[in-house]
Amino acid sequence: MGQYIARRTGYCLLSLFLLSLTIFFFVRVTGDPATLLVEPGASDADIAAIHHQFGLDQPLWTQYGLFMWSLAHGDLGQSFYYQTPVMELYLQRLPNSLLLAFVAMALSLLIGIPSGILASVQVGGFWDGFGKLFSLLGLSLPSFLVGLLLILVFSVYLGWLPSSGAGGPLNLIMPAFALGWYFAASHMRLTRSSMLDVLGSEYIKLARLKGLPQSLVIAKHAFKNALIPVLTLAGINLVIMVNVAVVVEVVFAWPGIGRLLYEGITFRDFPIVQGVVILGGAMIVIVNLFVDILYAVIDPRIRLES
Amino acid sequence: MSIPADVVRLPTPSPPRFAAIRALRLGDVPLVPLVILGIIALVAVFANQLAPHNPEIGSLTARFKPPFWVTGGSTEYLFGTDQLGRDVLSRLIFGARVSMVVGFTAVFFAGIVGTALGIISGYLGGWVDQVIMRVTDTWLALPALMFAIFLASIVGPSMWNIVIILGLVYWTRYARVIRGEVLSLKEREFVRLAIVAGCSKLTIMRRHILPNVINSAVVLGTLMLGVVIITEATLSFLGVGVPPPEPAWGLMLSDGKQGLMVGYWWLTVFPGGCIVLMVLSANLLGDWLRVKFDPQLRQL
Amino acid sequence: MTAAPLLELDNLSTHYVSAQGTRVVRAVDEVSLRLNAGETLGIVGESGSGKSTLALTILRVLPPAARIVGGRMLFDGEDLVTKSDAEMQHIRGKRIAMILQDPMASLNPLFTIGDQVAEPIRVHEGARRATAWSRARDLLKAVRIPSPETRLTQYPHEMSGGMRQRIVGAIGISCEPRLLIADEPTTSLDLTIQAQYLRLLHDLQQAHGLALIFITHNLGIVAKMCDQLAVMYAGRMVESGPVSRIFNAPAHPYTRALLNSIPRMGDPDQRLVAIDGQPPDLSALPPGCSFAPRCPQVMPRCRNAAPPPFAPEEGRVARCWLAEPAAVGGDFRVASGVA
Repeated sequence: MGQYIARRTGYCLLSLFLLSLTIFFFVRVTGDPATLLVEPGASDADIAAIHHQFGLDQPLWTQYGLFMWSLAHGDLGQSFYYQTPVMELYLQRLPNSLLLAFVAMALSLLIGIPSGILASVQVGGFWDGFGKLFSLLGLSLPSFLVGLLLILVFSVYLGWLPSSGAGGPLNLIMPAFALGWYFAASHMRLTRSSMLDVLGSEYIKLARLKGLPQSLVIAKHAFKNALIPVLTLAGINLVIMVNVAVVVEVVFAWPGIGRLLYEGITFRDFPIVQGVVILGGAMIVIVNLFVDILYAVIDPRIRLES
Repeated sequence: MSIPADVVRLPTPSPPRFAAIRALRLGDVPLVPLVILGIIALVAVFANQLAPHNPEIGSLTARFKPPFWVTGGSTEYLFGTDQLGRDVLSRLIFGARVSMVVGFTAVFFAGIVGTALGIISGYLGGWVDQVIMRVTDTWLALPALMFAIFLASIVGPSMWNIVIILGLVYWTRYARVIRGEVLSLKEREFVRLAIVAGCSKLTIMRRHILPNVINSAVVLGTLMLGVVIITEATLSFLGVGVPPPEPAWGLMLSDGKQGLMVGYWWLTVFPGGCIVLMVLSANLLGDWLRVKFDPQLRQL
Repeated sequence: MTAAPLLELDNLSTHYVSAQGTRVVRAVDEVSLRLNAGETLGIVGESGSGKSTLALTILRVLPPAARIVGGRMLFDGEDLVTKSDAEMQHIRGKRIAMILQDPMASLNPLFTIGDQVAEPIRVHEGARRATAWSRARDLLKAVRIPSPETRLTQYPHEMSGGMRQRIVGAIGISCEPRLLIADEPTTSLDLTIQAQYLRLLHDLQQAHGLALIFITHNLGIVAKMCDQLAVMYAGRMVESGPVSRIFNAPAHPYTRALLNSIPRMGDPDQRLVAIDGQPPDLSALPPGCSFAPRCPQVMPRCRNAAPPPFAPEEGRVARCWLAEPAAVGGDFRVASGVA
């Protein structure tokens, strides 16, 4: 198991390195980065000063070294608009995004897994048809459109739910649903196909041959096996959710990191944009590592892999 | 006592489920999605002839008019007008052009780059493969939306920039899948024969490998179309996509947000409906193609 | 006076029906056989002959596309065809048990050995966990697995193939069934382990008074283990009867061909004999006898009409026109025995 963890950690670090390289590369290759780093409407003298301040007149390797050095120290620059370090802003907003993502994930698993199981147990039945429709819509409707339509129905017409802000639990319902539907669809599809794979396996056949009641066969033997790929996906999806919640946070004015990114775009505040993207990518890579380790804990076959 | 499910006295063919849905298919082809996509394509091509008004210029005296069947609307502006008095229907029609062009071009671009790199990576192996795969993995780790937003904020908005950005973001999906196929194709007899016959690597990749992966690439392309359109709409909604004056549907939704709280529902429902129709059709078509042509892709 | 048979299949038929109802595969076609308590029956046939489907039919564990379309299955006098799924549950694993071919695939990788062996005991007898686990340990001992205590908490992938198959055997006998069906249990085992395993099955059978149905394509195993033999071809039972009688004087050309194709040691000039032709497509069977296209003794009437089961001797059945009573004395020689 130790070797497995060491190997996975190695990949993780490599990915982080490549990620930073990619970001660095794109910023440099698409033009003068100084134009991104100054406030809009700066003079030439300002730009020259920026060149010097940020070391943009140095050779590329040195620049990259400086870049990595600041990254390693958690220094992502300073926001123009807020005049505060980007890292501070990010950490301030992150809990809100995490809250939204957790609720959305819980919703997506609560809806996705049971319906996926039901769909697989009665292939061609009502639940299967419902599941297919639900997942098709979930994968075809952009999350922000779902959000807008929810606001239209529940805030404007019915007046039941608040349309923005992060006040109380009522504020969470619509954004969580808008964010979670796509993932519920994805989880349902995976649960269904995973269950179908498992239900066709020999050990399920033997379980039935042992005379176990169908409910036990599904709940005990099929479920645990079928769940492995779904939970793995869910773990990865959680982090992805945090990062693609941008539009939902914008629609519902939810004060998370997605909203922060949007502000960065609208106010042409490049340090924020770069910071959110780097941290987002890093978060995903690191969580992937944790999920891999968790996988080894659940599946005893991996534990003894040498 | 009722007869158990696995026992029948006579074999009876089961009636087709959802016969109505079956009726909508001509043989096996999903008619509805094809027709819808066809209509959108035609609308995009003949936008100039079909649109009743200029989509970019509005009449300030006719702001926020509702669709014609609602009191206050008129048949002059069938689907109503927006905050600048622009005709919603005309904007929808020209928006189809944006969606079609961006969607297909981006998918095409991503497909070419991704397939080429997938073939090279899969066939040549070695360090070339390692490098390409590491890059692919890293780019795949970053969510497409984030990456696209990042790139869009660096280069500034324009329709062709968006196409290039979407291509850059999505080629990795192709590369992964195609590389997998190439790996198994490499072991097949006809490839080994070609090697023994002295064909150059380039020739083999071009004449033997490529034709066999085109199938998967096309299927993947249809599946990606929906994804790309949703991403483009999202980018436009956020203001970093196709910039005005082009009436991208996502942009219309962004504009329509202001009117939402006051009940100007048509500014949201109609552009949203168009996006849904297009993406839904692309997804249905892609699903059908996938099942029909390439069982290997069923895992997607 | 002979006791009533433990298992009696009477014109049993199982068909696979495609989703649109267009293709029908007659996987099991009017099969009849009898098995007495404590006896061992071997069912032999090529792949696709329907032998596995027959086993699954008896236990009513068929895939959704399959239907039992006719016949009866009498087990201890009760017709299993008419039983509800709930009633069958009480029979499976408890009164009739089955061993599958691939032991790695049969065991759930996420649960311990002890859990899986104790499970049928807990379900069928309502035993408490502690009792069931100690029974499981005894069962592992009975199937000759060394240090059973440690094995109980281990996982399937930690065992060798031979051990896994013994564990599957332990699961099979855990609730003292009267009939054990073994579907090619040694096919995936190493040759050296096969003999050990067969000996184990034999001993278990003696110890528990089990009736055993052995599904295999290996006539050598049949010779060693079985009292009765049933030969299947294209879903039909083409010959059945006592093993020694059939081996000495096969009534059906297919059986004869199978016996001839076994290579014999000690004959340096012998050529390998194969059966001409291909196994038939079960969804498009020719009219008449299904073996006719490949039969070295085919007659014109074989292609027109499928032969019904004849009884060339007492206790034997053969579906061949050659075995028709009027044909006795022609091609078919009755070796010494009951006329």
